[in-house]
Amino acid sequence: MAKKEVDDRFKKFGTVSFTSISKVNDFIDYLEKGKVAGTRCKECGSVFFPPRADCYQCLSSNMEWFEVSGTGKLLAYSKLQYGPVGFEGDLPYCIAVLDYGDYKVFGRIAGELKDEEIKIGMDMKTVVNKLPNGQLNYVFQRA
Amino acid sequence: MGKVGIIGVGQSAFVRGYGGSIRELAFEGFKECMKDAQISVKDIDASIVCSAPEYDKQRSPAGVFAEYLGLTPQPTFYTESLCSSSSTGLKLAYSLIKSGLHDVVMVIGFQKMSEISSAESQERMGRGADIQWESPFGTMMPAYYAMYARAHMEKYGTTLEDLALIRVKASTYGQINEKAVYRKPVTLEMFSDPQSPMSNPVASPLRVGDCCANADGSSCLIVASEEKARAFSNKPVWILGIGAASAPVNMAARDLFTGLSVGEQAGRQAYEMAGVTPKDIDVAEVHDCFTIAEMMAYENLGFAKPGEGKDLIKSKETYKEGSIPVNVDGGLLSKGHPIGATGGSQIRTIVLQLRGEAGEMQVKDPEIGLVHNIGGVGLYGNVTILGRA
Repeated sequence: MAKKEVDDRFKKFGTVSFTSISKVNDFIDYLEKGKVAGTRCKECGSVFFPPRADCYQCLSSNMEWFEVSGTGKLLAYSKLQYGPVGFEGDLPYCIAVLDYGDYKVFGRIAGELKDEEIKIGMDMKTVVNKLPNGQLNYVFQRA
Repeated sequence: MGKVGIIGVGQSAFVRGYGGSIRELAFEGFKECMKDAQISVKDIDASIVCSAPEYDKQRSPAGVFAEYLGLTPQPTFYTESLCSSSSTGLKLAYSLIKSGLHDVVMVIGFQKMSEISSAESQERMGRGADIQWESPFGTMMPAYYAMYARAHMEKYGTTLEDLALIRVKASTYGQINEKAVYRKPVTLEMFSDPQSPMSNPVASPLRVGDCCANADGSSCLIVASEEKARAFSNKPVWILGIGAASAPVNMAARDLFTGLSVGEQAGRQAYEMAGVTPKDIDVAEVHDCFTIAEMMAYENLGFAKPGEGKDLIKSKETYKEGSIPVNVDGGLLSKGHPIGATGGSQIRTIVLQLRGEAGEMQVKDPEIGLVHNIGGVGLYGNVTILGRA
């Protein structure tokens, strides 16, 4: 008997993924295509990033994908000198939050940006990033 | 419906690498609490055990502790809300008593963080955040709070020196608290001395000196109905107000990066229930897992206006002799932060203060005290107001 195929695409997200199966596994396909995507509820129009499979506003699971595009403003960031187990090879790196108005995005600031170039309030864009270990994430670059 | 009082408090010393198992660690806080309350285990109707479970190999520690502490066959159960687990336990004890279901409830908090390595511990703590969407970027607690520090500094002009002053204050009291894990002085100069570990960057802008110390420890409280409290104790401390709130775990769903909404909301609820204002608070314990967390607590609890927390610490108003003494037991920064035990230890400090039994740390004649205990990065907030009358 054929083994049931498990859709565990989400294990590709980030340096180390702690999740493998999610109803928003298509997020990984968008990353593969160079796109960062959130979801919008087709019933009530609520916009979600990170993407959700379910809308708590109207209890619908009827979602469509939208691409995170344009620029967001840098709200907060920190540069880590120590990392959790499994992230030692990435150090140092910056985590940050961008405000796109309708939604916010949490992620990393692109490694090539120097400390003095990073300013709260600056405009940044979110781009897909392939990690040395073959995993995928996204980073913020200067707009 | 009568009041609810605290009739017994205890805690273990907070230490690095406790030389015993978790049940033995729990016994330390329990023993001090039972000696304090001078009642028998037969008088306790139920127990609540609180910790962050990911540190333990033991599943469901409540049953194990009940046996070791002689609390069977009374009901026992387990609860957690990360670093505020034992404040949540206290709230549940209050509710059980108010409902009339039980009269006397014990709240036991514990954590043996040294069961795992420091790096593993950081990773476990990081997993108290959003593991699907944030942990894959390599997040840790100091880095999350560092984002808040950066935003606070940008908006209000708070400086690294202002933050360091909070640690200097904590060490002042850590040195005189025999239960504290970190008993050495910390000076402002250490933060700018590259030879000092305190100046070592962890997650910018926070340095080692801005971060609390991991520790092993346990805490224990006995909570009772007014009738039982008066029967068992000649010095009960009353729960005047309890507030609790939650916030989105994902940073992308947060609106505020210069304060913790849960601290503000839980505080407002507790003040309203107690019928008091921030000006009425004589002594406070706030959740200073990082220096910035204490700074935000000043503002979220109304001890200072938003952005003016730095003036409180610069003018030493939060020292023992100041207008609003905060964390005069060394706080999480110097006393240490054994996750599940922390809230109970904070409550113990305020109970001792209100009884006038805080020794060298005693604030002059306090009548109303406040405990602010946060779980995760402002994920869970608990504020408890206690009074002598």
